[in-house]
Amino acid sequence: MRHDVFIAGFGGQGVLLAGNLLSYAAIIEGKNVSFFPAYGVEKRGGAAMCTVVIADGNVGSPVVGAPSVVIVLNQTSLDKYGSKVKPGGVCIVNSSLVDTAHFSRGDIEVIPIAMNEIAMSLGDARMVNMVAVGAYAAKTGAVTLASLAEALKEALPERNHRFIPANLMAIEAGAEKIPG
Amino acid sequence: MQQVFRRPLSLKDVQTHFCPGCHHGTIHRLVAEAIDEYGVQKRTIGIASVGCSVFLYSYFNIDVVESPHGRAPAVATGVKRAKPDSIVFTYQGDGDLAAIGTSEIIHAANRGEQITVIFVNNTTYGMTGGQMAPTTLVGQKTSTSPYGRNQAKDGAPLRMAELMAQLEGVAFSARVAVNTSRNLFEAKKQIKNAFRYQVEGKGFSFIEALSACPTNWGMDPLRANERVGTEMCDYFKLGVFKNVENL
Amino acid sequence: MSKRLFVKGNEAVAMAAVEAGCRYYFGYPITPQSDIPEYLSRELPKLDGEFIQAESEIASINMLLGASAAGVRAMTSSSGPGISLKQEGISYMSGSELPGVIVNISRSGPGLGGIDASQADYFQSVKGGGHGGYHIIVLAPSSVQEMYDLTMLAFDLADIYRMPVMVLGDSVVGQMKEALVPHKRPETELPPKDWAVRGKGDGEQRVVKSLYLGDGELEAHNWKLHAKYLVLKEEECRWEDYETADAELVVAAFGSAARIAATAVIMAREAGMKVGLLRPITLFPFPEKAFFNVTQRCKKVLDIELNTGQMVEDVRLSVVGDAEVFFYGRPPGAGSLPTPEELLEQIKKYY
Repeated sequence: MRHDVFIAGFGGQGVLLAGNLLSYAAIIEGKNVSFFPAYGVEKRGGAAMCTVVIADGNVGSPVVGAPSVVIVLNQTSLDKYGSKVKPGGVCIVNSSLVDTAHFSRGDIEVIPIAMNEIAMSLGDARMVNMVAVGAYAAKTGAVTLASLAEALKEALPERNHRFIPANLMAIEAGAEKIPG
Repeated sequence: MQQVFRRPLSLKDVQTHFCPGCHHGTIHRLVAEAIDEYGVQKRTIGIASVGCSVFLYSYFNIDVVESPHGRAPAVATGVKRAKPDSIVFTYQGDGDLAAIGTSEIIHAANRGEQITVIFVNNTTYGMTGGQMAPTTLVGQKTSTSPYGRNQAKDGAPLRMAELMAQLEGVAFSARVAVNTSRNLFEAKKQIKNAFRYQVEGKGFSFIEALSACPTNWGMDPLRANERVGTEMCDYFKLGVFKNVENL
Repeated sequence: MSKRLFVKGNEAVAMAAVEAGCRYYFGYPITPQSDIPEYLSRELPKLDGEFIQAESEIASINMLLGASAAGVRAMTSSSGPGISLKQEGISYMSGSELPGVIVNISRSGPGLGGIDASQADYFQSVKGGGHGGYHIIVLAPSSVQEMYDLTMLAFDLADIYRMPVMVLGDSVVGQMKEALVPHKRPETELPPKDWAVRGKGDGEQRVVKSLYLGDGELEAHNWKLHAKYLVLKEEECRWEDYETADAELVVAAFGSAARIAATAVIMAREAGMKVGLLRPITLFPFPEKAFFNVTQRCKKVLDIELNTGQMVEDVRLSVVGDAEVFFYGRPPGAGSLPTPEELLEQIKKYY
């Protein structure tokens, strides 16, 4: 099985942490994974993107032209990358910040989730990335929620481990947005 | 019969390629005497540079690494860091140290590398045929300053010993000459001091030795020797510019 | 040591250097390789090693020259423009037969260019980037694990052949994170460093140099270096062969491009096309025989690079006379990294 996902947003939305977290979860599950980051030249506030490929066998290309899943956390990312989603693929959209009214692609599934509101309701807007990861994992089954929970310990620096319970709730809240 | 004079152990019994009247041979001898004096020949590593000084390994009976033009202080840094128990010195000319290698000498000195630098200033590029050096005196004619060094266009000659003395990492900096017996004895003393600093782990030591280059100056050896004491010493003052022991 | 870690390619290089016994690093900051000096500035002091952030790339390579002349394992790393500055020192190290590991996490150029993945330093790396006519061993990892394994190998090859070895990557293999299984340094029989300066003690004088002025000396020295290059071609060529046995078209690619191409090859197979991949791991020595052998039967080679065509020249020199060699590449820069889908189109075009 091979899963590829492209995550895009602006710097500060935790795009790279989301990719890292998925990757650590895949490692924990004994799978192969590649995490390929890309970011603008700005140190803060620029564009942030990453591609994660999870596979039982060889990962192959760490870059993907038409990802089967694209997660967009801001409007620019949808405008720029919405067209890249593989036909038959999925686009998970942060509808708190992204207007999908003009995004019309009949050949993919668009899943709008109000990630900012969910994260705020759990106490911290910075957990948008966790909501997104939870939704992705539930939608694709690329990794389990249990692995994500364990992966938080690896992906977060020691000093932030106290935020793990809140992050876990955000992951679960994201997952709950995907109809079972 | 008592032996009162002999070749230093650290020098080989060979003829040098240096021109008649050149001071390199004398400076070589003083360096070798300093190495002998402290009994460190067996753990000394010389760093040869590019120029007339490149044949260091032919004359010194010590291990030698040859370095690219100007890079001897960086090579010396690598050697000394890898073998901190060794005594490491570079031997560089003025084109090598004060032009193409300015960056390396400044930063090795500023790091306070535990090495000794012997800088031979003869106001010209010797080996390549007498071109203008960073130390060429104003008005001095060379093969690339046929109208004389023009300060407005070429800048003034660099006084390296003074410049080095400004750097925090430098423990000892002196300028010496070997044109008279009096200067020679002083030079011997200061070169020994420079090596003693390294032997005692006191830091970076720098010797600028003024040298004659009769061939490229177009002078006979006596005239060239005289020029060192007059024109050169007039601009490049002899003396100790920094000595942390006195601070 | 068998736990799977999740690390960046650049970190894998630094970890491998430490495991290989390298305790001396000299470098200068430049994107996208700064993870390497950052890691080693943290770890080497704990191991009684030396880390120097030098004043320049030129100083770094010459510190490497000095440390290597003193007989220790040492390394420097940089990227494109910095590697250009190091070429003088690499030439001297080659002439002086000094081992040493140089990592190039290359950038796109020419000039300041950009920081995106690029393979445009191929010529500079394999053809002797400095003056005087020499070669260094060039290894091209295409995964984080290979960044680790080949860096470790680089130290051994450098010591065995007494020459600089370059690990040539780019921001894809340098910045990418993947699973890494670290392992112990392999047991390798290494020749004694009886040429290194040490302070002569009671022994013979040792001189590390590249100047040979006597009649015939330099010619003899160059023939000696050349003979080593011939041995390398016989003994040290490394490549990966994927599905070439029945292939009607073989894709040639190295490093990051090979990773992208591998997926394109799999896509082609899924579409029923008999396509294989031949990935040189050593760029010098170039695996000429592998290309010669595969083109005995398969007459179409599609060379893919992140440049406008460099390795393709070595591929053309290696294949059997009647084999056709095609090329697809893009000059590097932001937004110029080809995708597997794009490469599949090229495969279809030449298949």
